[in-house]
Amino acid sequence: MSETVIKIENLSKRYIIGHETGAPYMTLRDTLTDVGKKLNPVRWLGKDTGDKSSKEEFWALKDINLEIKQGEKIGIIGRNGAGKSTLLKILSRITEPTTGKVQIKGRVASLLEVGTGFHPELSGRENIFLNGAILGMRKEEIKKKFDEIVDFSGVEKFLDTPVKRYSSGMYVRLAFAVAAHLEPEILLIDEVLAVGDAEFQKKCLGKMDDVAKQGRTVLFVSHNMDAIKGLCDNGILFFEGKVKLSGSILDVVDHYSLMFQSKKANLLHRYNIGSNFVEISDVKMEKVNIRYNHPIIIFVSTISKKTIVKATFTVTIKNENDNVVGLSYSFDCFELPKDLEKLLKIEIPPFNLAPGNYILNITIGEGNNEQGCKVYDGYFNILKFSIFGDWSKNGSLIGWRKSWGNIVINNMIISDLTR
Amino acid sequence: MSEFDIIIEPKKTIGHYWKELWQYRELFYFFAWRDFKVQYKQTAIGVLWAVLRPLLTMIVLTVIFGKVAKLPSSGVPYPILVFSAMLPWQLFASSFTHSSNSIVENANMISKIYFPRIIIPSSAILVSFVDFVISFSILVIMMLYYGFYPDIKFLLLPLFIILAVMTSYGIGLWFSALNVKYRDIRYVVPFAVQFGLYISPVGFSSDVIPEKWRLLYSLNPMVGVIDGFRWAVCGSVSELYVPGFSLSVLISFLILATGFLYFRKTERSFADVI
Repeated sequence: MSETVIKIENLSKRYIIGHETGAPYMTLRDTLTDVGKKLNPVRWLGKDTGDKSSKEEFWALKDINLEIKQGEKIGIIGRNGAGKSTLLKILSRITEPTTGKVQIKGRVASLLEVGTGFHPELSGRENIFLNGAILGMRKEEIKKKFDEIVDFSGVEKFLDTPVKRYSSGMYVRLAFAVAAHLEPEILLIDEVLAVGDAEFQKKCLGKMDDVAKQGRTVLFVSHNMDAIKGLCDNGILFFEGKVKLSGSILDVVDHYSLMFQSKKANLLHRYNIGSNFVEISDVKMEKVNIRYNHPIIIFVSTISKKTIVKATFTVTIKNENDNVVGLSYSFDCFELPKDLEKLLKIEIPPFNLAPGNYILNITIGEGNNEQGCKVYDGYFNILKFSIFGDWSKNGSLIGWRKSWGNIVINNMIISDLTR
Repeated sequence: MSEFDIIIEPKKTIGHYWKELWQYRELFYFFAWRDFKVQYKQTAIGVLWAVLRPLLTMIVLTVIFGKVAKLPSSGVPYPILVFSAMLPWQLFASSFTHSSNSIVENANMISKIYFPRIIIPSSAILVSFVDFVISFSILVIMMLYYGFYPDIKFLLLPLFIILAVMTSYGIGLWFSALNVKYRDIRYVVPFAVQFGLYISPVGFSSDVIPEKWRLLYSLNPMVGVIDGFRWAVCGSVSELYVPGFSLSVLISFLILATGFLYFRKTERSFADVI
């Protein structure tokens, strides 16, 4: 079980980015002029001819060391350009590393894009065979699974139509269906779930779950945190070509989501009434993945230009559809002295919030419920979090409450952490 | 500790190259099948084009060289004289064109899926070979029509077919790999094919070349291929010029060997450059 199937040592990948020409590939003339430049005596005299800046190195991956065990489901997350796809490309041998070494045990199949290798002129039936072969399936294997593939794709009526006449949804469904029936020991998947309608996406996820359960090793790159959390046990967070964190998937997703929550993350989501008496200078949640019936904890830094005697926080919790599910304000008013940066911890005690994805909006103002409240600053749509429940072995939720869907947030506790 | 099947390191060939190629043999067939099918999709007369194209070219060449230029044919029906040279030339021209463009045309696949890259130009050759087989049957029909029966040398024909394939495969490997980096190749290829037709003995017999230039002329590997082909089909026309032929064969081998090595050397960076 715990046999290492992928061993990565000091892996780096460098790309040379050309800035001078718009063309991504060389022409013969470029090479000839390059030779000319090399022969140019001015360069030998050590004078800068100014063409050095035309090329820049870019390390898509830098000194990656990883060991992946058999049967592990690994979610790989990170921003665009963090090196996730490059890693999969090296593992699937599409591109070679600049330095380092990778050792792999077992048959690898990679699914970096759905529908690569489909030919628009060929019929659905023909494309199933062609695509299967390109992905590394044997003809016999495809024949055996043909009905299953067709069934999964749901395009049986159009099997003998050229795929160029397919709707884009049908196209993608057929393509995924072929890919989903690969049976390698190691499966590399890159962001392929962002296809088809919601129903089909669910079907794809289910299929991938099946694949994962068969004891295969899966490396899954995605920006869909729900899909990753559902599918993977462990995660790796990439940041600027390096492994920033690896560990249990919840921790990794937590860390990644929090990266976006820091203060300057996004000014667009700020709400700032001109007065600027008080400004929220930073806000961050303690955790993004919160266990059901555990407190929600937020850290807020504030700075005020005048002393505010009765400062108050308002917290609004919305679900993914932007509907408010809960709202609270601080009963305890507190004082914010002038020109002093304060770090405050807001704890919302457990209040039966059902498992799911939520957004937390927070505002700071002055006053109270009786006299009316003036809002000075707020953060909106940045603090995204999930509640997850405990699931029993047979897949049912443990410890649910009948008050779900009818939320009353009882209180908020504010404590001063300013040193 | 377990043994690993695949070891990926920079600038190193991953072992089992041939074994892997064998595992992917079906893909080779699938690509060829795809290209052959796609060629005639949504055409009114379909595969008939495979017959029509060489037939029309043959008629044009016969008219121009046989009737207008009145080149000697030593008793062999002129269409057969032309056709026996055009067959290897067509095989070469179409394999060369297809394989040179093959890698770039499949760029999307190259950058998203792994398989031994050499399958792509190789299957392009196979597609051209199918066209060749169709054209070859036209030659056989024509020979029956003119009542022209070849002698025992005809049995050596497969050797020359192999030589033709080798030559075009070698050049195809070179150009397909070069094309990834230098898109100039796209413009060079049609020109080379057009130009090559005139400097290869297709419309004429290489006997018309003065003796002192023959060896130099044979530097063009297609001279050996075409001469050999014509010699095997209609032997009475010309004796095989052995020194020139040997030179052509040698050059063919050289091109194939270096083409293969160059392809192997550059294929690792295809995905980054393409």
